[in-house]
Amino acid sequence: MRRSVSIAVLTVALATGVGTITGGQKNILASAQEKPATVEVKIDNFSFGPATLTVPVGTSVTWTNRDDIPHTVVSTDDPKSFKSKVLDTDEKFSFTFSKAGTYPYFCSIHPKMTGKVIVQ
Amino acid sequence: MAGKLKDEILYDHNHDGIDRRGFLKCMAWAGTGALCVMSGGVLKSYSLSRLPEMSSKEAMGELSFVQISDSHMGFNKPANPDVAGTLKAAVDKINALSAVPEFMLHTGDISHLSKPEEFDTVDQILKGAKPKDVFYVPGEHDVLNDDGKQFLERYGKASKGAGWYSFDKKGAHFIGLVNVMNLKAGGLGTLGHEQLEWLEDDVKHLKHSTPIVVFAHIPLWSVYPEWGWGTEDSAQALAYLKKFGSVTVLNGHIHQVMQKVEGNVTFHTACSTAFPQPQPGKADSPGPMKVPAEQLKSVLGITDVNYVQGQHALAVVDSTLA
Repeated sequence: MRRSVSIAVLTVALATGVGTITGGQKNILASAQEKPATVEVKIDNFSFGPATLTVPVGTSVTWTNRDDIPHTVVSTDDPKSFKSKVLDTDEKFSFTFSKAGTYPYFCSIHPKMTGKVIVQ
Repeated sequence: MAGKLKDEILYDHNHDGIDRRGFLKCMAWAGTGALCVMSGGVLKSYSLSRLPEMSSKEAMGELSFVQISDSHMGFNKPANPDVAGTLKAAVDKINALSAVPEFMLHTGDISHLSKPEEFDTVDQILKGAKPKDVFYVPGEHDVLNDDGKQFLERYGKASKGAGWYSFDKKGAHFIGLVNVMNLKAGGLGTLGHEQLEWLEDDVKHLKHSTPIVVFAHIPLWSVYPEWGWGTEDSAQALAYLKKFGSVTVLNGHIHQVMQKVEGNVTFHTACSTAFPQPQPGKADSPGPMKVPAEQLKSVLGITDVNYVQGQHALAVVDSTLA
């Protein structure tokens, strides 16, 4: 949780231009590229939470299935940017977003479950 | 058990007094299965628990078969830690029927995670059932990771495409459809163009009086699209079946019994042999419903269908495992 909060703060800081000194921001971004920041998405009650996630380029997103039923995480583009294997309860899937863009995805077993990652 | 709602015939097409206005009845008697009795083209539904009260003739018709569904072998969460045990209970119930049903239909989600050992376990348990023929269609849990390759190798050798096929029994035409492949984001179950074309061709030369039984995993009618409980292009499939006097559609997927009559078509969903799911919209999600252990068998079940040739009655019968 703490990590996702810091990403959110960083995103706000970048978007508004509010922040400390420019050099400091560069350092944060540089370190983010070296070791990708991780953001969690929880799969609960047949839904992705948060359903829409905004992250900086280079962020690794990890999905965790907390349902009693298996789910998948599959991008809707063709060819697919990412596709997890079937995730049973408590299993995880991670993908690092190295290019900016909007990545809609869904659970291929329960296609009503949809989400999106916006990479800036 | 007599007098309880869950043991009553829901629709008897022989009685014209029945309200046929496209109504949907979501029965609280969750988790029964059905003995399907086909009587001259109309399907009746009986609880297996009620069968001891029925004459064997009434329970059998000219053709009777059993529908089981959603075994989810491999599931081991609190909603049912013993899915093998409850499937065996279903088999015991089938074996206790006064007349051996002609065959069994399994309407999908045989396994929970498409693992070979899960299919093996189900195969082993079903070998203990008196009806020796089992006809399968896949559920979405049976085609994980390999686009259904393993399912086809095990159960679909004589089928077309992703596993669809048809066969005839005692004058009735049975059609197994696959609506769990290539699901699209935000969408429902899908039959697809190729399968629909096959279906149109498959029924083209049949007499209008031929009783039709369609079985597929995801409901072919809109049970609750918000939870994905429906099939995008089922209307096209049903359009090909309009000319027939009697069409029965048997589905699984939603782990509870629902029935609906619409024109010439009767829709039925069967209970899971593994765990119940909530009624549409009655929970945050369609996940497994936890019920006290002593109640579990009362919400699981099998479906038995009988058909009587020439008398125009078809019956689906449901029964709990309790």
